[in-house]
Amino acid sequence: MLPNTDVITKDSVVIRFSGDSGDGMQLAGNIFSNVSAGEGNAISTFPDYPAEIRAPQGSLSGVSGFQVHIGRGVHTPGDVADVLVAMNPAALKTNLRYLKKGGIIICDSDTFRPADLNKAEFATDDPVSELGIDPEHIMLVPMTTILKSALADSGMDQKAMMKCKNMLALGIVCWLFDRPVEGVLHKLKAKFAKKPAVYEANAKVVQAGWDYGHNTHASMPTYRIETEAVKPGVYTDVNGNTATAWGLIMASEKSGLPLFLGSYPITPATDILHELAKRKDLGVKACQMEDEIAGVCSAIGASYAGNLAVTSTSGPGLALKSEGIGLAVMAELPLVVIDVQRGGPSTGLPTKTEQTDLMQALYGRNGESPVCVVAAASPVDCFTMAFEAARIALEHMTPVILLTDAFIANGSSAWRVPEEGDYPAIKVPFVNKEMIEAGWTPYMRNEDTLVRYWAIPGTEDAMHRVGGLEKDAKTSVISTDGANHEKMVLTRRQKVADIAKDIPLIQIQGNVDADTLLVGWGGTYGHMLTACEELNGNGTPVALAQFRYINPLPANALDEIRKYKNVIVAELNTGMFADYLQQKLPGVEIKRINKIEGQPFMVSEIVDGVLNHINNK
Amino acid sequence: MENNNCIFVPGDFKNGASVRWCPGCGDHAILNTLHKAMARLGVAPKDTVVVSGIGCSSRLPYYMNTYGMHTIHGRAAAIATGVKTSRPELTVWQISGDGDGLAIGGNHFIHAVRRNVDINMLLLNNKIYGLTKGQYSPTSSRGTVSKSSPYGTTEDPFIPAELCFGARGNFFARSFDVGLDISVAVMEAAARHKGAAVVEILQNCVIFNNGIHAEIVDKEVRDDHTIYLKHGEKMIFGKNHDKGLVQDGFNIKAVTIGEDGYTLDDVLVHDAHCESNFLQQQLAMMDGRDLPLALGVIRDYDAPTYEAEVAAQVAEVKGKKNFSSLRDMVLKTSDTWTVE
Repeated sequence: MLPNTDVITKDSVVIRFSGDSGDGMQLAGNIFSNVSAGEGNAISTFPDYPAEIRAPQGSLSGVSGFQVHIGRGVHTPGDVADVLVAMNPAALKTNLRYLKKGGIIICDSDTFRPADLNKAEFATDDPVSELGIDPEHIMLVPMTTILKSALADSGMDQKAMMKCKNMLALGIVCWLFDRPVEGVLHKLKAKFAKKPAVYEANAKVVQAGWDYGHNTHASMPTYRIETEAVKPGVYTDVNGNTATAWGLIMASEKSGLPLFLGSYPITPATDILHELAKRKDLGVKACQMEDEIAGVCSAIGASYAGNLAVTSTSGPGLALKSEGIGLAVMAELPLVVIDVQRGGPSTGLPTKTEQTDLMQALYGRNGESPVCVVAAASPVDCFTMAFEAARIALEHMTPVILLTDAFIANGSSAWRVPEEGDYPAIKVPFVNKEMIEAGWTPYMRNEDTLVRYWAIPGTEDAMHRVGGLEKDAKTSVISTDGANHEKMVLTRRQKVADIAKDIPLIQIQGNVDADTLLVGWGGTYGHMLTACEELNGNGTPVALAQFRYINPLPANALDEIRKYKNVIVAELNTGMFADYLQQKLPGVEIKRINKIEGQPFMVSEIVDGVLNHINNK
Repeated sequence: MENNNCIFVPGDFKNGASVRWCPGCGDHAILNTLHKAMARLGVAPKDTVVVSGIGCSSRLPYYMNTYGMHTIHGRAAAIATGVKTSRPELTVWQISGDGDGLAIGGNHFIHAVRRNVDINMLLLNNKIYGLTKGQYSPTSSRGTVSKSSPYGTTEDPFIPAELCFGARGNFFARSFDVGLDISVAVMEAAARHKGAAVVEILQNCVIFNNGIHAEIVDKEVRDDHTIYLKHGEKMIFGKNHDKGLVQDGFNIKAVTIGEDGYTLDDVLVHDAHCESNFLQQQLAMMDGRDLPLALGVIRDYDAPTYEAEVAAQVAEVKGKKNFSSLRDMVLKTSDTWTVE
């Protein structure tokens, strides 16, 4: 067995729960991370689902995982796990590669039966040695046996009992990490408030797991995880898609406009539609339309009618919405378009993450068609950036594309529930009576911001027509005049460029005085920040600029980048943001770190990439 | 529908823009009848939104003194759905041609009809693409010779009524461009109907498909080739008002009253409001050759509308949960913890 070292203190640990899709690994992981967060740990989680909806039980393709990273300085769900929980041989086999060297495995030894081993394609009846696992590092727990004895008096049948197996594993993990069972029981009580018998059974099993760890493996080391001081407030655990939906609702509250979503199911964006469909309880109208085009078009209709209008999608859907977005550019209507990026092109890797829609978002429309593009940096930042996308769209009368990705959309971390006053009021540029009386026309603009004024149906004496045809700058009637067209093209472009005056400056993080600037954008933030901290901690000074405002860039962006000798852009594509910056920084040599594997960066890949660039200098 | 006390005249819905359709185009007459129908409805121009796609007829919003959107090809129904669902109190009209509405916009058309969004959909059918200068459309008859079918088309057309019924439409009416009285009546009926209302208007393209409906709706032949259906009235037509439609097994037959033993009692009475659309479909499918083309309101059946159901569900769920804000909802429904 494992060496007896009593209590190990660590900044953070990564635990990976793995099992069949039906094993409830996500629930176990979620409860564990939330209990840890309640103890003061920072948390970051990420689910890893199989592509199949219901793969055969016990098969290699049916394994799902849920990774939890808790502690201090936690910015990502972790590259590799300190502890792997494997509920069957298939989970053990497929997840072993995510375990850190020397990490601990907790495995259900009752599942090492010939049928299970066969389904997991083992050649021998000894999976531990077949996989080359050091027996010192694996806790073989007869989970089914313990489960049955714990629930012997419950009157439950075997099938019902097996549903509690995840709680047994959770009990063991709680013991290992010195987490109080009470915290778990509290969460379970809330979850099964209406099913007291189910609560009782699960509570018994969690305790049985904790006791098993405590009694049988007293010689195992247990861990104490560092806590992190965070801003006081009420916290909950939120994933990126839910945070996106909530950010839009916050913008609806702060603008006073009803929220309308026109959408069509597409992986990995559908959960935004799911959440907003639930939020009819907050007055949201979420409409599942007949296709992606109808999704954006219904939103454009709702925008013209005066709603905060949104459409949510992923890359292929964004392609279908291009013409509609162009209409919103031309009609200068506020519109939020959310693209939860996934692997492309075409159907690509629907469940995997990538940052390959940047060029599509920036340029993927006919004609001179500038839109504002922003990106969220983390699951929690999805809330802020969805709010920002809506704020910019409404205050600047323009479509805004918010780029998130499959990684942050499904990943979650602790989020402080905003309090009154945390987010500003959104000031919508409605036309007013005085303007109308003074001879308002639809494309009359605020001279400072170039934003046109918004007249919504129902407004007295402001009846007007908008559309895809070019309009005269003064009279707003159809115009094919060349000089007028050029004026309008340049005006729309300047209007979007001027948004730079209304967004925060880029804040350089890490060692700002370093020679090397690591540049990223959007959802890679956690890995970038961790890599930056690691490099600085290991004697390689590095600064970090993570961009969330892409078009326009923050006003100080180019000047900040020019200050550094080495500029290295890391992104999950072949270099789209690097190209975008290069075009704006002709004299600067921009180096690149790229990955297009449908997976987030590993911190080590960024660290190695930076060191390679520096050393090859 | 808001019914203002003030009385509107057609001119209230007309704006000063010069109309750019070809001289002799059927769209001129349709525009005028729409102004008249809107005046009769009594909904203010400020509460009226006219949405169109792309095509000759889709220019129509620019000639209205209402709120209007001239959008992109085929998408008017989807955009109108967004306007109406977000603001159910507005009166929403959609103007589409046969190409815009049934080819590129066919998907949105059938789904708007299926969903039963309260939009008044005017489908201007000239069986040709006019704005792109003369290609066959999805309503062009098999064999139509056009610029893109120099040897004749090798495909069958949609019959708009059939598509509307296939999409479970609850309102279908038909008129023709110069049939001013019928057009005003069916437009008004469409607007008063709660739900998706499809009005097919046979329209003449004087340049690329001149006379395409002539053998049915020209003044000389009209009385014998069309029948103006009115709810609750006998289905009688013909120059001398002596022809009628009677049931013939599962089919409809045109007879001359007083001949072959048929009397006025045998003539069917039109029921536009019945739930079953069996007979209405047969009436709508009459093509003006063996049987007269049906004009007027063929089906007008009340069913729950999409926007009203959405609004009602929002109100119900909102009332039940009674959250005061996003924060309130999160605190009451999520697993939370407090950091002091």
